[in-house]
Amino acid sequence: MKELTYHRATDAATAVALVADDPDARFLGGGTNLVDHLKLGVARPGTLVDVSRLPLDTVEELSGGGLRIGAAVRNSDLAAHPAVRRGFPAVARALLAGASGQIRHQATTAGNLLQRTRCVYFQDVTTPCNKREPGTGCSALEGYGRYNAILGASEACVTTHPSDLAVALTALDAVVVVLGPDGERRVPMTDLHRLPGHHPEQDTVLRHGDLVTAVELPTSAVAPASTYAKARDRASYAFALVSVAAAVDLDGDVVRDVRLAWGGVAHRPWRAYVAEEALRGAALTEDGVREAATAELAAASTTDQTAYKVAMVRNLTAHTLLRLAGGAR
Amino acid sequence: MSAAGVEPVVPEQVPARSMGRHLDRQDGVAKVTGAATYAVEHPVPGDVLHAWLVTSTTPRGRVLRVDASDALAHPGVVRVLDHTNAPRLADTEDRELAVLQDDRIGFRGQIVALVVAASSEAAREAAGLVRVHQEEEPAAVVYDEDSAFYAPEEVNAGHETDAQVGDPDPVLAAAPVGVDATYDTPHEFNSPMEPHATTAQWDGELLTLHDSTQAVHAVRSTLAPVLGLEPPQVRVLAPYVGGGFGSKGLPHAPEVAAALAALALPGHPVRLAVTRQQMFALTGYRTATRSRVRLGAEPDGTLLALRHDATSQTSRIKEFAEQTATAARMMAAAPHRATTHRVAALDVAVPSWMRAPGEMPGMHAHEVALDELAVAAGVDPIDLRERNEPEVDPETGKPFNGRRLVECLRLGAERFGWSERPAEPRARAEGDWWVGTGVASATYPMLFSPGNTARVRSLGGGRYGVDVGAVDLGTGARTVLVQIAADALRVAPDCIDLAIGDTDLPFATVAGGSSGTSSWGSAIAAAAQQFRHDHGDSPDPGLHTEAASGAYPDTDGHALHSFGAVFAEARVHRWTGEVRVSRLHGVYSVGRVINPMTARSQLLGALTMGLSAALFEEGWRDPRTGHVVTQDLATYHVAAHADVLDLQAEWLDEEDHLSTPMGSRGIGEIGIVGTSAAVANATFHATGVRVRSLPITADHFLGT
Repeated sequence: MKELTYHRATDAATAVALVADDPDARFLGGGTNLVDHLKLGVARPGTLVDVSRLPLDTVEELSGGGLRIGAAVRNSDLAAHPAVRRGFPAVARALLAGASGQIRHQATTAGNLLQRTRCVYFQDVTTPCNKREPGTGCSALEGYGRYNAILGASEACVTTHPSDLAVALTALDAVVVVLGPDGERRVPMTDLHRLPGHHPEQDTVLRHGDLVTAVELPTSAVAPASTYAKARDRASYAFALVSVAAAVDLDGDVVRDVRLAWGGVAHRPWRAYVAEEALRGAALTEDGVREAATAELAAASTTDQTAYKVAMVRNLTAHTLLRLAGGAR
Repeated sequence: MSAAGVEPVVPEQVPARSMGRHLDRQDGVAKVTGAATYAVEHPVPGDVLHAWLVTSTTPRGRVLRVDASDALAHPGVVRVLDHTNAPRLADTEDRELAVLQDDRIGFRGQIVALVVAASSEAAREAAGLVRVHQEEEPAAVVYDEDSAFYAPEEVNAGHETDAQVGDPDPVLAAAPVGVDATYDTPHEFNSPMEPHATTAQWDGELLTLHDSTQAVHAVRSTLAPVLGLEPPQVRVLAPYVGGGFGSKGLPHAPEVAAALAALALPGHPVRLAVTRQQMFALTGYRTATRSRVRLGAEPDGTLLALRHDATSQTSRIKEFAEQTATAARMMAAAPHRATTHRVAALDVAVPSWMRAPGEMPGMHAHEVALDELAVAAGVDPIDLRERNEPEVDPETGKPFNGRRLVECLRLGAERFGWSERPAEPRARAEGDWWVGTGVASATYPMLFSPGNTARVRSLGGGRYGVDVGAVDLGTGARTVLVQIAADALRVAPDCIDLAIGDTDLPFATVAGGSSGTSSWGSAIAAAAQQFRHDHGDSPDPGLHTEAASGAYPDTDGHALHSFGAVFAEARVHRWTGEVRVSRLHGVYSVGRVINPMTARSQLLGALTMGLSAALFEEGWRDPRTGHVVTQDLATYHVAAHADVLDLQAEWLDEEDHLSTPMGSRGIGEIGIVGTSAAVANATFHATGVRVRSLPITADHFLGT
């Protein structure tokens, strides 16, 4: 079997150095995705640097009202945190909509964001996949497509990002704190994940050796009135067909501010800026939301297998925003 | 393979003392504490080796060359077998079992090499290093209306391919009310908790298999001639099995692979565990089916004629013809009836048994079609079914063994609150959900496997050993056989030491076709009766009697079937189309229930599996390769706990002494029959949208 070197990191800088200096090294968080990949042959690292026990496992309330979430905070702990439930309900709901209890106990915040696609071809090393093996082709283009993207896909890759949490964080303008070989930098969630283009092997803008150490959630007028809704093939333990993270601040019926992000539609969490712009300043009505969603979906490209997503995400967006508005009144 | 020289005994009715009462699972503690050992956990002596399968990536063609040099160089690897160096089999007629015998590739995922190593990890790693050079030939892997269909000689379980009574076509054309609709069911995969696994050891004279199987004797009798061994040279043990649903009813290619590895490496126990992904190609599945159902009726819904024309697909290397339309031959009293089966042979994996083969997809189509007829005729679906109840079995003309379908429907209707149901669809909304209810009938034949024998031994002190080569695949057989033996010997259950799961025990047939308890139990009843006759009520230790049962069941005089009624309440989300089954109730007529606890588990489990088929399960086959890409339990969706809400099963109080001396019939399969139809009918009632294919996914309802 392949020999693996395992390091248990005790501080972030050492962990970064260990990985940055070794092209064959990978960070190990909760392991709920990477360990599957080791078994399936999807990932074959020579060195694992375990960052799950770094002192990055706390949720701090920032003086400005936001939250700083350590990268190693477990999904179930984050979902249960009072400050998250109170101030950022979309985040708690997104977490609880994902995976299973056992997996949420194990999975970390950063690992959740950096999990890889569940495209059936990506996970089967006997089939071509540009994301797993650049240049081999995309099997999903003409194959199983129920979970494929409808926005921002390329000929090289048509898959979707599987995280629920990432969709909520994208809607709420979270910022990812990254420690790299050259020091710390901050990446907005909306910039973290990429569209596939010609390089679907790159899920994110992070470089080898970059370690996510925290996620910061800024306070805003809309965040406490946020939610997350997910449509799926069974009631639990299924990835999103489509999902919606939304937050709205109303002045009477008029939308003062709104945040909207979609999951299950693209290679990254899809911040629906076009729809937000259409909604802002107008009365919140079902027809208005449908029109805004339709505008966002103008660039959608579908197949027989994904055509349903257009109607589903539009319906779910209307349902979610109207329910939020009903609760806000 | 019935035991030679064992005279059949006609057992008398067994008086129910323990039967009908709760008895704790005999193996419950062993299972929950992990003490029960499964096929590749069983401690075996010697230097254990591990085998890993290498499978084809092309659907049709041949193996040009297997380059095992890198694999053999990997630390721990002992041997790599392929078609050039594997031990020769004596009989290769069954192409599914002709593992590594020639260069032909019949489907993607076929075994083309086998790595044997000192550890499972080394074998797995080296399997990835084996380079299989394949020549690809044009393949047909898509099952659709353009497939090349033929009429098989017979269909599964020995049923006739076609059957006709009267002249249905002109009657259908002229009928005042009619239905003509096509129903599709997808490829479904058994997915037991324990994947298929075998430990094999050859000592030069005896091949011992610790196997995950539903039938130890059938594994022996099937594999011995394939391997060129005499049956006594093959011993098969299966003390504990983690589910099978039919996929372990017959041996499949991995068991042959394990045996080949053992024969190639005498003295070493070889363990072979099939991965979940490999199960989607190598261990059988329920073929997709298409049923065109035509019904013609009087304005009040009384059937005048019906046709059920079914197609399915099979593998070109081995035929399996799903008996989809057979239930339509005996369910309704239509005077004119026709049923046909046609099959397409493709370059795909070999389909096989999955819980209620035939009845499950066939009754789905039949019972949704009846719901459509009820709508067309403006008749309540329960009234429609009552109106079409036959006096005698339409197929054979024989009287039934008490066909109590109407009682099941009426009792279920009362429990479920059917009378409050609005006649019109799309009439009830609760919050964001459309809510509807549906009903369907269930049926399953009383199957009985001949040739079973059992042995009763006096252990002294009022204790008895009872031996039968049966298998408990998780159903509770080990528990109910103790109850049967106790009642047949007129002792308490804790006086019985039951031994099962070993070909060294008297011959027993498969735990399949809902026939196990009936067939084995009758043999136990016969052996107990003969033992008492021979040795009296106070036998000395060591006395024993072996016997087979005769006279049961009475299939000459009667048509023997079980029946049931399934009621479903479905909720369809008005915004997303997501479907939830908020209530699922089944009422069954299954003869005497021997253990209410294990029976309830069987029925609830089958109802859950039917719910799962209704809403979730679909093996998606890639049209380019025939590769089922939804090949794990994250992408092949089975019902999760959150999907199973108010689930109830009950049964009529009855005993059936035409079927077995215990008064029981089988219960393993009927719970899945009709369940998907009840759910489908409920989703129609909720929304007014008729979905005629499974699974019934959210996207069907987005236009509503």
